[in-house]
Amino acid sequence: MTSVDTAVPAVPAVPGSATPLRRPAPRRRGSSRRRVGQIVSGALVALLLVIVVGPLVWMLLGSFKTQTEFLEQPVWALPQQWNFDNYVFAWTQGNFAQYASNSVLTVFPSLLLVLLFGSMAGFALEVLVWKGRGAILITFLAGIMVPTQMILLPLFAAYFRLGLTGTLWPLLITYTATSLPLAVFLMATFFRAVPREIFEAAMLDGAGLIRSFFLVGLPMVRNALFTVGLVQFFMLWNDLLIALTFTNSGSLRTLQVGLLNFTGQFGSVQYGPLFAAICLNVVAILVIYLFLNKQVQKGLTAGAVKG
Amino acid sequence: MNPLLGDRRATLILIGPALLIYSVVMLVPIIVSFGYTLTSGNAITGFTFSGLENYQRLLTDTRVRDALLLTVRYAVLMTILQVGFGYLLSLLYVFVLRKWSSAVRTLVFFPVVLPTVAVALLFQQMFAIAPQNGLVNTALEAVGLSSVDWFGDGGTAFLVIIIMDVWRSMGFYGVLLYAGLLDIPEEVFESARIDGASGFGLVRRIVLPLSLPVLVSSLIFSVNGTLKVFDSILALTNGGPGTSTSPLTIYMFDTSFRFGQYGYGSTVAFLLTVVSLLVTVFIFRANRRDLTKD
Repeated sequence: MTSVDTAVPAVPAVPGSATPLRRPAPRRRGSSRRRVGQIVSGALVALLLVIVVGPLVWMLLGSFKTQTEFLEQPVWALPQQWNFDNYVFAWTQGNFAQYASNSVLTVFPSLLLVLLFGSMAGFALEVLVWKGRGAILITFLAGIMVPTQMILLPLFAAYFRLGLTGTLWPLLITYTATSLPLAVFLMATFFRAVPREIFEAAMLDGAGLIRSFFLVGLPMVRNALFTVGLVQFFMLWNDLLIALTFTNSGSLRTLQVGLLNFTGQFGSVQYGPLFAAICLNVVAILVIYLFLNKQVQKGLTAGAVKG
Repeated sequence: MNPLLGDRRATLILIGPALLIYSVVMLVPIIVSFGYTLTSGNAITGFTFSGLENYQRLLTDTRVRDALLLTVRYAVLMTILQVGFGYLLSLLYVFVLRKWSSAVRTLVFFPVVLPTVAVALLFQQMFAIAPQNGLVNTALEAVGLSSVDWFGDGGTAFLVIIIMDVWRSMGFYGVLLYAGLLDIPEEVFESARIDGASGFGLVRRIVLPLSLPVLVSSLIFSVNGTLKVFDSILALTNGGPGTSTSPLTIYMFDTSFRFGQYGYGSTVAFLLTVVSLLVTVFIFRANRRDLTKD
């Protein structure tokens, strides 16, 4: 947004950041009021950042402290040394290696299936012409609104009867199915923006519908695939409800269920390892977010229809 | 009709896998779950038909009443707060930070992607009182107030849940509403400024009416999501102390898996589904009426 008087830069009065951009202001009259406004908004932004970042910094610092430091030093004290003992403890004693592998083994295969089947269905619903596609699209949409609680019990009974309880299959299957409605809906929306003529041309060249989907359609929406993949990754990776329902033994726990059980597992609270475990759980997410924050923000807000 | 893009076999191959998985793992269970509401028992002991018994119990169960009240209280409060703070953030991004807002947006959005369990354990430590004060109680004592046992009482525990979830979600609504504000043409602001509108007047008379559609859809998303709150409360208070912070979702989980009552658990899940559908329909209709009035 460019304002009417662009002479005064609208930067918060954070020392250092604003100075190189300051230009002489031709309108003297309002400048002192402007200055006050800048200081107020600068203070507000600073407060906001402290509120958002503060807890995270405290968590990171805590992950390096020893148990005695936790009990004897004030809560805001810096750790006395930077050692990774807590991380080693959480990773080995806390079984985090196992939990991480369970999360990876369930989330990534279902992501792959969701992207493949979701884009195929989105293409069929949006590009192809057939009777009843409107009704099918609405059926998928309904799946976004229905609470997951509604399907847990029948699924639990079915997995039990099929003998899948005690394996990672229930998680993988349920993740795939619950992610499909949103993926289908988003992919259909993205295919709407691709001109029909492209597919018609491919057809006239004798490509066949299936081939033109894989060779022409998919490459055209690869950004969309990436966005949908990111959205679903965060939803599945952070899932607690489904993982909690279908992991009946310790060796099946995902990262989230493992972390939830961490405090109970070690009796009275072991602060350092607990903080390290929280940090470990956050690291993968943090790395992805640092590199892809624009796409993540865009993708997750696009997927807002799923509460 | 476009004959080139109409082919039965290809359509079936493309839509088949998704439709099959969706039907078998979601649609059929929804119907089966509805059937469960007429039974008692569970997957291990077997089911017996019990008629409308579960619904009768639902109407007289005081725990359901409390859980429903908590769910609604949480959804209303959270919707107002997270959309409200999100709106303030988006105004900050657009009108104060302008071109420099990208870094702040990125930072404030970060809690949105964090695993809820991790955030909940962190907030447990921040609001801890025993064996050692957390950050919040230490700060309270520093300004001369006394420590509070936040998780010892349903009221204060609820407050911590709200604070944590606002912290987690405001960046999300900030970005969502920011995108909505960017869609308003700049000329509108320019001409409003020339007409003498500025500051809060500009926001109230120009920005608010123009961003109403995106605000309403944010409200719908928010209500739809907050009615299903589970992760954050389970990980932070586990519904306690006692059952004072148990929403419908946690009560459903308890009845089903702790007490093994699948029939009654399904009935509670059904109630939750009905509530979220009703609220969504209600907001949609209220929204439509307002738009036609103007």
